[in-house]
Amino acid sequence: MRTTSRLLSIHAVAVFAFLYLPIVALAIYSFNGESVGGFPPHGWTLNWYRELLRDEALWRSAGNSVIVAMLAIVISIGIGLPAALTLDRVSFPGKALFRRLVLLPLILPGIITGLSLLIFLSSVGIRLSLLTIALGHGTALISVATTEILAGLGKMDRAQEEASLDLGATQWQTLWRITLPNIKLSIIAAVLLIFTLSFDEIALSFFLIGRENTLPLEIWARLRRGITPEINAISTLIFLFSLVLIVVWHKLRARSASASTQ
Amino acid sequence: MYSKAYSRTVLIPPLVWVGLFLFVPYLILFLYSFWQVRFQVIVHDATSANYAEILHNPLYLSVLFRSAGIAAAVTCACLLLAFPLAYYVSFRLRTRKEAVYLLVIIPLWVSYLVRAYAWKTILGSDGVLNKLLEFAGVIDHPANFLLYSPFAVILTLTHIYTPFVFLPVYASMEHIPRNLMEAASDLGASSSRAFWTVVFPLALPGALAGITFAFVLSLGDFLAPLLIGGPRGIMISNIVVSLFGAAYNWPLGAALSFVMLVLVIAIITLTERLEKRL
Repeated sequence: MRTTSRLLSIHAVAVFAFLYLPIVALAIYSFNGESVGGFPPHGWTLNWYRELLRDEALWRSAGNSVIVAMLAIVISIGIGLPAALTLDRVSFPGKALFRRLVLLPLILPGIITGLSLLIFLSSVGIRLSLLTIALGHGTALISVATTEILAGLGKMDRAQEEASLDLGATQWQTLWRITLPNIKLSIIAAVLLIFTLSFDEIALSFFLIGRENTLPLEIWARLRRGITPEINAISTLIFLFSLVLIVVWHKLRARSASASTQ
Repeated sequence: MYSKAYSRTVLIPPLVWVGLFLFVPYLILFLYSFWQVRFQVIVHDATSANYAEILHNPLYLSVLFRSAGIAAAVTCACLLLAFPLAYYVSFRLRTRKEAVYLLVIIPLWVSYLVRAYAWKTILGSDGVLNKLLEFAGVIDHPANFLLYSPFAVILTLTHIYTPFVFLPVYASMEHIPRNLMEAASDLGASSSRAFWTVVFPLALPGALAGITFAFVLSLGDFLAPLLIGGPRGIMISNIVVSLFGAAYNWPLGAALSFVMLVLVIAIITLTERLEKRL
């Protein structure tokens, strides 16, 4: 019993080392004087961060990524909210197929959805641009919005809705004044998650890219030309940025869970 | 309970959107797979030649099998890392459980590219690992086999998908009623016996969901092989990418994608059935 316990905790530490050491190494070498590799790191410097600040192409692509993520949020929440309400409370023939189709991009490798959309867009003659990337992200991430909001609806106290309807409110008033406030935290959590996922997305964007790069694609292009610690620097910043969003997302989720049990 | 107007209003927008931007594109992918390229032009007469090509040209099947092998290795590695960890966090950890859980799932949402790039800088011949080993006197000259190999792809994908496996396994372990464990130990079962007769079977559905995620997503990966796989680490999606790019044979690429789509849906359906039986 005691040896198993010890083995289990050693295993846990090893897994955490495996998960985090590469990211720690990445961050350390963003302060390295010369190159990305080598050991020990030498010549601590902030030069790569200074370079990063001056790198207009990179910031432009980061701006593009923010625009894409915002549009993706509008699409995926705009469609995911009614989709979650549908799955929660409407029955119609073909519902199982509808559910499967909406959730498919969660598990389908990005290349298949990306290529399908590419062929579709070229068939109807739409030119690739940031808008097509946003269309791809938004459509694929409906799955995430739907799952998050559906979880919120599942935790909600139905008696409030019934009371509202019994007291003479219309279904729309009930949706607006009871249902939506109840799932507000789930929706905010979904927004954060979709922003992070879209901001980091690369597999779909790879096929739907027009003339303007998103941040991951800009980094990707540079990786193929040769690497400098500047890429470590931007990667470290992206990591920290995602970290903040994810921790906030987790807090919101925990709060929505405790709010519904009270 | 809900009126027709309500049902229609919430149903129609997602139905139209998902139909137009998911169902129709998958359908067009399917149609494309029956077309042909002649003299650099896509010709629209239906033929099953692309599927025959996939079956008869050994390149496609051998790469498909190799990709499945890489995906299977990734899945096994993820399971070996995630399952004991999930058990440890769920059953043994008494304090700071929430924080440790968060620590495992954070990498899940951290940029794929950032993590793949991190491995590239670690595994290269001038990379962190080689120089560290040289510095420590373990090796004299850098080991070149680390980067640009199937091994590098497996390592990176394991790093990326371990949290994906952890999450459902942990969720199913958290649902195991604790008094089952108490009952097992009251009845004299050792803790390892309690693990194998109570925890393991009840955690299997979660493990199955995790396995599906890890296998399917690594099977379709093309970025890690491009970045760190080298020629020996080429996977099936890389061939699809080249068919849509330089090789310019969209119909054949579409056929290959469609084979992957069918394969993925078959795997999901199969594991869902299995999960219900467990």
